[in-house]
Amino acid sequence: MAETKIQRPLSPHLSIYRLTPTMVMSIVHRITGAALYFGTLLLAWWLLAVAGPAGQFELANAFFASWLGRLILFGYTWALLHHMLGGIRHFIWDTGAGYEAHERQFLAIATLVGSVTLTVAVWLFAYFLKG
Amino acid sequence: MRTPLSKVRGLGAAHSGTGHFWLQRLTAVANVPLVIAFLIVVVSLVGRGHAAVIGKLANPLVAVIILAALISILTHMRIGMQVIIEDYVHSEGRKVIAVMANTLFTFAIGLVAVYALLKINFGL
Repeated sequence: MAETKIQRPLSPHLSIYRLTPTMVMSIVHRITGAALYFGTLLLAWWLLAVAGPAGQFELANAFFASWLGRLILFGYTWALLHHMLGGIRHFIWDTGAGYEAHERQFLAIATLVGSVTLTVAVWLFAYFLKG
Repeated sequence: MRTPLSKVRGLGAAHSGTGHFWLQRLTAVANVPLVIAFLIVVVSLVGRGHAAVIGKLANPLVAVIILAALISILTHMRIGMQVIIEDYVHSEGRKVIAVMANTLFTFAIGLVAVYALLKINFGL
């Protein structure tokens, strides 16, 4: 088969459209997915620190307890919950439901409100448990 | 009879299709309960000492949940990142390298995490 470079037409890209909630949530779903991908580095480090000597565990603990560590973990929690709710939104669409304009709008807003609310709830609960 | 379908099959960016989609959804479904369970474990360990954390992660049920979560999450994120690569990396050579790096990264994370979990459970 001859190697010919096919000039396929390109669809207009992001910059040409007015931002809509559904579009923003779609982009955020991909960004949170990518962030969670690299977040697994922290998970692997934490497990390794628990498996290691006390010094390593204390080092990891000190990092996660610092303001920077907490900020990262707060963002991690939100990315995780947002991506999860975004996934559930996709499950709804997979059944063929939720495609009407007002339903799409509702699902987009609900994903954001839900993820922020759940993140704050998880952190309040964690602080409550810790005392 | 040859239909035009055979001429285009496998010609998309990924050279495959529904199998990938299905695995993405399967792992997504599995991720929901597994990630929630893992989150509960992590929240219950906030502010606890080394011995308490080891004790919790050495609990058979907790260890099995984390192992299952790792398998599902890592599969999900590997094929998810592959889609991102296929969307944005258009040069065939660079795409192959990026997809390879993606697989190697995922395996490295998995190996380190599983090794640590096994050590916590059997090797301390």
